[in-house]
Amino acid sequence: MDLSNYLLLKPELSLLAVFSLLMLYDLFASDKAKKYYFPIACTLFLVHTVVCFFFQDAGSSFAGMYVTGTAQITIKCILNIGVFIIFLQANEWLSKPESVLKRGEFFLLTLLTLMGMYLMISSGNFLLFYIGLETASLPIAALVAFDKFFHHSAEAGAKFIFNAIFSSAITIFGLSFVYGACGTLYYTDLTTSISASPLIIMGMIFLLSGLCFKISLVPFHLWAADTYQGAPTNVTLYLSTISKGAAVFALMVILYTVFPILAEIWKQMFWLLILLTITIGNLFAIRQKNMKRFLAFSSISQAGYIMLSAFTGTAQGMGATMYYIFVYIFSNAAAFGVISAIENKTGKVNMTDYNGLYKTNPKLSLAMMIAMFSLGGIPPTAGFFSKLFVFMAAMEQGQVVIVFLALLNTVISLYYYLLVVKAMFITPNNTPIETVQTDKYLKTSLVISLAGIVVIGLISCFYEYISTTGFGIIKIG
Amino acid sequence: MDTFNYSILILLFPAIFFIIIGLFGKYMKPIVAGTLGTISLSVITILAYITAYQYFFVVGTGADGAYQAINVFHFEWLRFTDTLHIDLGMYLDPISTLMLVVITTVSLMVHIYSLGYMKGEIGFQRYYAFLSLFSFSMLGLVVATNIFQMYIFWELVGVSSFLLISFYYVKPSAVAASKKAFIVTRFADFFFLVGILVLSFYTKTFDFEVLTTVGSPVFASFAGASFLGISVLSWAMMLIFMGGVGKSAMMPFHIWLPDAMEGPTPASALIHAATMVVAGVFLVARLFPIYVFQTPEVLTIIGYVGGITSIFAAVVACTQTDIKRVLAFSTISQIAYMITSLGVSGWGGHEGLGYMASMFHLFTHAFFKALLFLGAGAIIHAVHSNEMDAMGGLKKYMPISRWTFLIACLAIAGIPPFSGFFSKDEILAAAFHHDLFLFACLFIGAGLTAFYMFRLYFRIFHYENDKVYHHTPHEAEPSMTIPLIVLGAFSAFSGFVPFSKLITTDGKPFEAHIDPLVAGLSIGVAVIGIAIAFVMYRKKTSIPDQIVEKIKWLYTGAYHKFYFDELWLFVTRKIIFARISIPIARFDRRFVDGFMNSLAYVTNATSEAIKGFQSGRIQQYAFVYLLGALILIIGFTFSIWQLIC
Repeated sequence: MDLSNYLLLKPELSLLAVFSLLMLYDLFASDKAKKYYFPIACTLFLVHTVVCFFFQDAGSSFAGMYVTGTAQITIKCILNIGVFIIFLQANEWLSKPESVLKRGEFFLLTLLTLMGMYLMISSGNFLLFYIGLETASLPIAALVAFDKFFHHSAEAGAKFIFNAIFSSAITIFGLSFVYGACGTLYYTDLTTSISASPLIIMGMIFLLSGLCFKISLVPFHLWAADTYQGAPTNVTLYLSTISKGAAVFALMVILYTVFPILAEIWKQMFWLLILLTITIGNLFAIRQKNMKRFLAFSSISQAGYIMLSAFTGTAQGMGATMYYIFVYIFSNAAAFGVISAIENKTGKVNMTDYNGLYKTNPKLSLAMMIAMFSLGGIPPTAGFFSKLFVFMAAMEQGQVVIVFLALLNTVISLYYYLLVVKAMFITPNNTPIETVQTDKYLKTSLVISLAGIVVIGLISCFYEYISTTGFGIIKIG
Repeated sequence: MDTFNYSILILLFPAIFFIIIGLFGKYMKPIVAGTLGTISLSVITILAYITAYQYFFVVGTGADGAYQAINVFHFEWLRFTDTLHIDLGMYLDPISTLMLVVITTVSLMVHIYSLGYMKGEIGFQRYYAFLSLFSFSMLGLVVATNIFQMYIFWELVGVSSFLLISFYYVKPSAVAASKKAFIVTRFADFFFLVGILVLSFYTKTFDFEVLTTVGSPVFASFAGASFLGISVLSWAMMLIFMGGVGKSAMMPFHIWLPDAMEGPTPASALIHAATMVVAGVFLVARLFPIYVFQTPEVLTIIGYVGGITSIFAAVVACTQTDIKRVLAFSTISQIAYMITSLGVSGWGGHEGLGYMASMFHLFTHAFFKALLFLGAGAIIHAVHSNEMDAMGGLKKYMPISRWTFLIACLAIAGIPPFSGFFSKDEILAAAFHHDLFLFACLFIGAGLTAFYMFRLYFRIFHYENDKVYHHTPHEAEPSMTIPLIVLGAFSAFSGFVPFSKLITTDGKPFEAHIDPLVAGLSIGVAVIGIAIAFVMYRKKTSIPDQIVEKIKWLYTGAYHKFYFDELWLFVTRKIIFARISIPIARFDRRFVDGFMNSLAYVTNATSEAIKGFQSGRIQQYAFVYLLGALILIIGFTFSIWQLIC
């Protein structure tokens, strides 16, 4: 066996090292040493995050099973940053008596799913892709049901696992059609042997539906609201950002490298799905009273915006998509950070509980406001720029109608994002939530998120770098 | 050029002190803030003098005998094309060096004066922060390397003027005045901006150095371009001049300046008398090569705007009773002299006499007008009123104010050897050789100037010599009288500066002579004006009332400033608001808002209608999932999608 194949897998190996160390630590460390489990886990992961920036490999190994390049490494780094923020936010929740024993599991399961996402992102063969997809799905079910003694968490876990299995079955069903028609599962071989036969179209749509399920595009989104609401807040954040980001990237790779010949068909298909997603996500978000459920629908609608530039099939579109994911992670992390800070201390997650929050928690309110502005796309937050680039990428491809409809939808989305701001700052309330003390990790994560929201938009080098890594259909020979 | 590196501090100091005093002022004692501001101004005043000395006498003229323009500092800010980019920098040439000296001197005097005048006011620190901001903006304006930088600072100057006029923001009249000043000048600046855009669109540059080079090739692209029968370049230069009309309070945009006197008097002295209002003059002077070579017809218009304004404002000044308003109209009239002088100027050597005279008058006027305002401030401080009727016979109470005021009056009236004589005489000479109508305007204006200034002087210091005051007025404190004395010295002697050796159109010195005919005429008319004022106002008599009876129509018209305010109100209220704004507002409410409201309504209704879709049942979720996938498959396999679209 040629060990040099492993040289390209540096991010995976580094992650595996972190995973193994943490597992051993969790298993064998004394109770006294376990007190430092959280800072050690965070530090180790931070090291991994930093190290990943330095990997510059490009190429493929294991006979084309595994493919990597600047785009893959960039998206992995983006996901790493997101996961790091989520880890920081998790401490308060994990320090609760009912979950402190399972603390190690949270890290291990999360890292495991991240590993699955890495494989999904870097796969050059549908087999590896499927393994990655499953690795990224099943542990999440455990994470969703992490607070298993609470009814809502268990219910959410059950709903997720059933839906995930269903979607997984459909995916592999579609995959078998593609294999049957072409006789190969390698992306590069499929590129040339794909044709517009009904069998392959059916296979493709079944196959893509599995990813659309992960991204929560309408009509594959119905699981999202229930799961997001029931899951622990940190897991919800993980699901709505990291998991989504990885799936979008994998989807882009598959679309651009495997199905460029069917571009006309999938462009029309996504045109329809995006419109449905943005609109329905918005329509449901409007009437939500629970903050987590509200953000679930908001993230469904955001998924539509993410796909808006991804489905154009250009390098620019891909860059804009990755940038959008990057910004979206920060914005959502800030919003969920505030929610979990309040939920951890008071258990309140309803929007009416947030009335008059500014009086007692001005800093948290400001953080939430900036997050909402960024999600709504109000300048000068990064959310404005990411939306701008997405719309630009779509406009370049002449998608005027959908950009117009998406813009109309931003107006609607502003309404519900500002509802939160209004509740916090304007709506009077005699008994607002008392002043909440957050631990230093959560504070750090909020500061990082807010700094990201402000800085990423204003400093152009982020976008400039990310946009150079994208590749479109054209490059595939 | 390295030798001038330090001069960048002239800009940095006020900017830094604005931030320091602005942010931390409320934690300081008032006197600390005031002292800080004054010290920073003293430093930059010294630097400005060193710069001027070095520029004119050490570096001196270049090989061709002309003063060179020097780009001290240069930073590219925004780049559009290779030639079109917005820079920030510092540009030294004779006129910007001159302005540095004028601005810092007057500003320093005002800073010192305000220590006494503003003592005990609420917001003393804020006042000093604004003064620093203003000094920074004004200095940035005059050293701008390009027209866009000038525009940026131009607007900053407007903002600081707005802030200072509304300093007493609890007073409704101050708020109204500041709004008026801001809106009127901003309205004029709109034309300025359009002019800049048109000019840069054709020339592809903002840079003054390129624009003002004689025979610059950048104007070739204007060839043949015309709009409504007038060449586009003329339009551009006219529009740019409109900006100057607004800032320098020429007709018909002069209406804001008299109201601007609501601000603290020292601020009026600095901004609305000596420095900011000459920005329009400076603008024309800065772009003078373009005006004189490319668009001489616009230059003629400029001359006439100035000429008519000068006599108009002088007539109005004769009837006002608020002493600051008299001075305001006098300012309008004097700035109009400078504008006219530029309008009648040619290029090179003695031909460019008007240009030199204009800058000369700008220089001398800054000192004596600042002195007049500060003197008026001292008087207002003593009697607590702006109205002439509350004054009279002050000469025995306020000797220093009286003598310095008298010097300023003599200077502005043009009595030799005081400074105003020399500069005004050059202007009259330039006009005399160029256009007799304008000469007539300025000449009559000169007589009126002498008259109304001495009317003011006699009404304040003589008139009712035995007037009884509730509180006996007394001379102001030293921090106020010292600036008066310093400015008095400047007003008396600054006429001896050999301007024709320093500031000329092409940078080369020439010999300027006093034209005996013009000089004799101007002294004569000034003496007559003073004599009439002496007769009418030295003592309280019935002569003024009798004269008013005889020319009632003229007096009433002038007293109401010839109804210009009413005219503008008519245009804005009855035409713009009623005929344009209200219909637009209606359209906005009905259609724009209506569209948004219906969007909200439809959204809400749809949301309500489909909420059952999200039932919570897994079977249904799976069903929708599969159904969605199948619909897509059927749609695309059988090309139904294509049939629909």
